[in-house]
Amino acid sequence: MTCLLKTAQLTIRFGGLCAVDCCDLEIREGELFGLIGPNGAGKTTVFNMLTGVYEPSEGTVTFNGATVNGMSPPQVAALGISRTFQNIRLFDELSVLENAMTGAHRHARINLFDSLLRTKRHHREEAAQRDQAYELLRFVGLEERAGLPAKSLPYGHRRKLEIARALATKPKLICLDEPAAGMNTGEKAELSGLIRRIRDELKVTVLLIEHDMKLVMGICERIQVLDYGKTIACGTPAEIQNNPKVIEAYLGAG
Amino acid sequence: MAEADITSQLLQYSANGLAKGSTYALMAVGYTLVYGVLQLINFAHAEVYMLGSHFAYYQARWAGYLPEDSAGKPESVPIGLALGFVAVAMIACSLVGMLIERIAYRPLRNAGRLAPLITAIGVSLLLQYGGQAVFGTEPKLFPTFMETEVYELGPIKFPNTNVLIVLTTVVLMTALTLFVTKTRPGAAMRACSHDMKTARLMGINVNATISLTFGIGSAMAAVAGVLVAMDQPAITPLMGVQIGLKAFVAAVVGGIGSIPGAALGGLILGVSESVVGGLWETSYAEAVAFVFLIVVLLFKPSGLLGKATREKV
Amino acid sequence: MARTIAIFLAALAGCYGLNWFLAEFIEVVYVDYLNLIGIAIILAVSLNVVNGLTGQFSLGHAGFMAVGAFVASPISIWLTYGEFESGPLAHASLLHFGLALLACGVGAALVGVVVGAPALRLKGDYLAIATLGFGEITRIMLQSQDILGGPTGLKRIPKMPQLPGTAGWDGGTSTFWIFLVVAVLVILTVRLQRSTFGRALIAIRENELAAETMGIRSSRMKVMAFVYGAFFAGIAGALFAHYQHSVRPDDFTAVRSIGVVVMLVLGGLGSVTGAITGAVFVTLLPIMLRPVEESLASSGTPITGLSMIVYALLLIAFMIFRPQGIFGQRELSLKLLRSWVPSAVRGKGGKP
Repeated sequence: MTCLLKTAQLTIRFGGLCAVDCCDLEIREGELFGLIGPNGAGKTTVFNMLTGVYEPSEGTVTFNGATVNGMSPPQVAALGISRTFQNIRLFDELSVLENAMTGAHRHARINLFDSLLRTKRHHREEAAQRDQAYELLRFVGLEERAGLPAKSLPYGHRRKLEIARALATKPKLICLDEPAAGMNTGEKAELSGLIRRIRDELKVTVLLIEHDMKLVMGICERIQVLDYGKTIACGTPAEIQNNPKVIEAYLGAG
Repeated sequence: MAEADITSQLLQYSANGLAKGSTYALMAVGYTLVYGVLQLINFAHAEVYMLGSHFAYYQARWAGYLPEDSAGKPESVPIGLALGFVAVAMIACSLVGMLIERIAYRPLRNAGRLAPLITAIGVSLLLQYGGQAVFGTEPKLFPTFMETEVYELGPIKFPNTNVLIVLTTVVLMTALTLFVTKTRPGAAMRACSHDMKTARLMGINVNATISLTFGIGSAMAAVAGVLVAMDQPAITPLMGVQIGLKAFVAAVVGGIGSIPGAALGGLILGVSESVVGGLWETSYAEAVAFVFLIVVLLFKPSGLLGKATREKV
Repeated sequence: MARTIAIFLAALAGCYGLNWFLAEFIEVVYVDYLNLIGIAIILAVSLNVVNGLTGQFSLGHAGFMAVGAFVASPISIWLTYGEFESGPLAHASLLHFGLALLACGVGAALVGVVVGAPALRLKGDYLAIATLGFGEITRIMLQSQDILGGPTGLKRIPKMPQLPGTAGWDGGTSTFWIFLVVAVLVILTVRLQRSTFGRALIAIRENELAAETMGIRSSRMKVMAFVYGAFFAGIAGALFAHYQHSVRPDDFTAVRSIGVVVMLVLGGLGSVTGAITGAVFVTLLPIMLRPVEESLASSGTPITGLSMIVYALLLIAFMIFRPQGIFGQRELSLKLLRSWVPSAVRGKGGKP
């Protein structure tokens, strides 16, 4: 399998605090990869560096052969990395369908005048965006709510809509930031099915941050553990479960 | 010779600008305090300043120091009485400021940022046009609180009004800084400006603190109103519009929320306006403040002494 | 596209009909009000793209208006008279007027690029105050341009062009031109809103970081919004100048920019119908209060500026009781109207 995303010695400091310290990640194409660690371990900060939100203090991020460092979020999105947010960031005043359509904006090959004059190209673009958005809403199970305003969705649905929106950018890699947070057992089971289908049916590589061990252990093929910004373990779920360092990080030194 | 001339002119204009900048600073403090706590551009602040000068004017008039018809020459007011007038104007303006907050801003505290901004514009218009209806549109000669004298230091001339303006500003700004940093109500103000919700949870009376903020800012504006009126002896109900805008710009240039920032911003604008107006062209002086504003914001979006904030992702 | 042409022709015919009707049946004073409302609508709807749709708080609309007025007027004067001397007013020709409008729109749009650029670094009130600064700088700089008339500005700006059959119309053709622009602007803006670009703009307003992560280049989109708003503000400035036949830099103070924002917030930020309603309301209110003021003055108790006092009071009261504006972010629709009807009234027809 070829390597899709690779970070080398990735480090970021905020003032005196080293939030992520020399993190090496290697995610292969088509993989379901988990990034776990206790609260404040620096997982979301890694995501922010991967997606151009933060610029790393040191180290490099390479994606599909291109260097990501110093790129802006739209440039990263153009490379094929998409993400969801821990604190859900939907476009509340847009409808569910429109939210999913915004993900397709970056692929639009029309200019403003096409839309203002309502040319054929505009209508074709709108139809294409709408079809894709419907398809993705169906994929995550929200097609019946397409017309509702996004702000009216219940919590679990908001998470799913964020995933659909991220998929609409047609990414090669999707980074999910605690998608199961706040979900009940039934919803979680449904979610793990969804995540698996993203990889299997849409052929999108998945990088997952999650606190729910059962979910991570159940679906991820490889897992990396962060604690205080440092990598303390990396391996298959079975290896991680038996790693003494990981047990110590989660349960605290005896 | 010509070079020395330019230098002394430059010094003279800077000295004049110091006085102008001081009044900007006094006004800017009111904007900065309110913005720090409520993130609201209190457009009505400029009209409180206008009221300050009018309150002082009407006291002098009722005390018989001004002729009833506008043609007569005003008499000079004894210094003790003048101070009394200023004190009353300060108290009256504080009350007006607090009243404005109570009526026009407090009901909208949870209604987002735009609605209070629009009521601020409404209050500002109300006081401008209400002022015209009550006080009349004619400019009024302000009473003499002080016989004009000019001190000289080398080639530079200091009119005593300018000296008074600068000294008053220094005293008031120092007092305010001490108040905010050393007293309990001052600490409450800082707490509210940092995080109003947490301040409330910590048992701070947020409403009282906000009222206090408006009161203090308005009292400072009253002083600025009287000082400027003494310097340029005619007052009108629309006198606040331009200086209000400039003073808010001064607060932003200095870093909004910061008292030293307001002082710094005020002085920079005052001095540069005076120098540009004197050495270059008068009409350009009006634009200086805004050019400064844009340049500063482009290089330091939070202002010279402001703190940058970071969005949590 | 064919539909676009049909709509445009319909707008042409509609505006011609409106102007004919006004010229035939309505007193010039009222036509004047209507024209002022039209210009206000252009300002409000175009600013709404920046402030309402994109969520970038601009307080510099009067600046773009000034640029438009002071680009179009000299061009129009020069093309029509060939000189800047005083003399009788004439109508601009269709070609000259068109050139002047195009030039002023492009000029203002270019300035929009320049002003939109800082928008990339500034947020919220900082952007507001910076754009307000831009407007003031523009106004003050115009005051010192002797070639543009300095503080007294330009006079003898030609009347708007005649159309076939309009020679006898007292009020001229201003209504036709102003409302043609209104129609074009409203149609284009609704189309902008309902396109991938409009959704991108709203996405930036709702959550800029998420929009960027979805691949929306927010800097480019913001500049686009600024340019769009500036273009039409410039046209509004040119129409205003041609309508008044004279223009001064002080016609474009910060107070005017603030006034446009007031229109938007009153109507409901982000809604085209809201912007139109706000523009009508803010323009009409002082006008409607004027007779009251005059009757008070004639009865011996004059109150100077009464209309503005009442306007200010209403503004405060309105915001306190309906801070989201008349329409909120929604557009006027039958559904919205129905939701406003009290349920007691609605229930009468059918269900118990």
